[in-house]
Amino acid sequence: MALLEIANLTVEFATATGSLRAVDGINLSVDEGEILAIVGESGSGKSVAMLALMGLLPWTAKVSADSMLFDGQDLLSMDDRQRRKIIGKDISMIFQEPMTSLNPCFTVGYQITEVLCQHFGGSRRSYNNRAIELLHQVGIPAAETRLNAYPHQLSGGMCQRVMIAMMIACQPKLLIADEPTTALDVTIQAQILELLIELQQSHGMALILITHDMAVVAETAEHVVVLYAGQQVEQRSVKELFKSPQHPYSEALLNALPERAQEKLLNAIPGVVPGQMDRPKGCLFNPRCSYAQEMCRQQPPELRDGILCHYPLAMPNPSMRKDPDLDVRTQ
Amino acid sequence: MKQQLIKARNLHKYYAVKSGYLQPAQSLKALAGASFDLYEGKTLAVVGESGCGKSTLARLLTMIEEPTSGQLSIDNIDVAETTEKSIKKQLRQTVQMVFQDPFGSLNPRQKIGNIIQEPLIINTNFSANERHQQVLEMMELVGLRNEHFQRYPHMFSGGQRQRIAIARALILKPKVVILDEPVSALDVSIQAQVINLLIELQQELGLAYVFISHDLSVVRHISDQVMVMYLGKPVEQGPNKAVFNNPQHPYTQALLSATPQADVEGKRQRIKLTGELPSPIDPPSGCAFNPRCQYADKNCQLHEPVMELYGDSRVSCLAVAQQRIGQLKAS
Repeated sequence: MALLEIANLTVEFATATGSLRAVDGINLSVDEGEILAIVGESGSGKSVAMLALMGLLPWTAKVSADSMLFDGQDLLSMDDRQRRKIIGKDISMIFQEPMTSLNPCFTVGYQITEVLCQHFGGSRRSYNNRAIELLHQVGIPAAETRLNAYPHQLSGGMCQRVMIAMMIACQPKLLIADEPTTALDVTIQAQILELLIELQQSHGMALILITHDMAVVAETAEHVVVLYAGQQVEQRSVKELFKSPQHPYSEALLNALPERAQEKLLNAIPGVVPGQMDRPKGCLFNPRCSYAQEMCRQQPPELRDGILCHYPLAMPNPSMRKDPDLDVRTQ
Repeated sequence: MKQQLIKARNLHKYYAVKSGYLQPAQSLKALAGASFDLYEGKTLAVVGESGCGKSTLARLLTMIEEPTSGQLSIDNIDVAETTEKSIKKQLRQTVQMVFQDPFGSLNPRQKIGNIIQEPLIINTNFSANERHQQVLEMMELVGLRNEHFQRYPHMFSGGQRQRIAIARALILKPKVVILDEPVSALDVSIQAQVINLLIELQQELGLAYVFISHDLSVVRHISDQVMVMYLGKPVEQGPNKAVFNNPQHPYTQALLSATPQADVEGKRQRIKLTGELPSPIDPPSGCAFNPRCQYADKNCQLHEPVMELYGDSRVSCLAVAQQRIGQLKAS
């Protein structure tokens, strides 16, 4: 059985101008020790979906799902007190901006031991050794002296390491990393990604990596979920996705990378992700899709084989395609 | 013969840093010896980690600050020697800048039209009608619509805002545009749109770009010349092909290998860079890169390397000079 199973997760926000559906029917399943990447542009709902899983959304958000099972327990039906025992201990999350997500008023040591006290009881001082051990583990030199450092005394890469130390303190079964390297330099990014993978392998921890960088996905993850405007448009293994993407959006995302450009001009995707007000009729991607047909403009597609598209590209089985005339397109 | 627009020789910029009351001020060597030429229609990319002096270089080129020492000529006029205000004003119009964060660089209280025409109000004597006309032309050039004139920045997405920032930089008809990480805050698909716009504008208007970035895949795509900086000093400088296909300096090799690639086949060997950028107030003796360099030996700690020509690019490294480095496989 999978460690985490989410079926049909939907998050709606009540706003002054009506309700906004930020996440629209996402299905996820993560096995133990697996790395899953969630890719999408800003506004595609990738962070909101994970915050919903963590129960960190404000009261204006309405979260619903057919099921949200973690380790066999239903997270939605459980009361808050019980849920807090799991969150932070078995599931933990690293946020995007290391500099702003640490509390500037407390020392690094205080913030790490706080997690341990919260979940295992006891005094903070008794966990000092464990905190030093954790800092060593994430590769912070002179860990003993760093316990008393405040976040502003550390660099961005160091702060991210402290965040990671905090999050693995309770040896979680699932770690969610929300754009863990976006704010960092390439050399530090490589160090942090390597650290995350090393921890994932040594602890047998599952890792959900939220990112918009396709290159990071290619180098780390095994499975990938592509989100667009809150909808899950494609879900496959990374190797397959990079070799033959089936949703036009995944293909366009890959083609927009400078590495894949054949000529001086890049294959940009025209337009922007639709917002609350300008949602198109039919498939949400149709105004930007180079393959869009009449059908795409009229009817929203249904999810089939993990792909949300009327006319998926390069279907392995041609009989699955609805319209045989469209074969020309994939050639 | 293409016109030479910027000639920089041995540019230095030191800042005085006070470490405390009664203590003598220390000097922070933000930029220590940058030399390059920039020609019409060409792109020079400046690459390096944060704190390597990229932005200081931008401040010198835009004449926001004066270099501590070294020679800087813009459009064949020596900046330090000119005292006449009108010529300086002229030079400032020649070099314009686009900033990294399109959310921070536009005044939220001004309408787009006013933001774009502000440089004209300050620098020229055009009438309101002429300015309006010029702004509309510029907006069309960068792909904004006429009705956007009366809107405010918050009504635009990141990519659109970067277009506004580009329009503002181009309205004075500059010859050189400094692009300080113009696409790093944008999503992949939008990033491709903005890069395409920059390439098209360059071809149309014959602009010269100084492209500051830490994203090597973008740099590889857009640049003609590349300058890799480390701790205020250029360490490798040369034509795009030479630097990317045959990186010689160990730091360039490490940077290239740390950049994740959107390629699932074949894992490359990664050169691990340990540690972080040392403090520019107290740089390591000898070669600034020696504490992190795998090829470093005693000589590197004692002697400072100088820029010398090897093959097509200029490299500042003792190990290269003594041929102690194996070639990195072209990836």
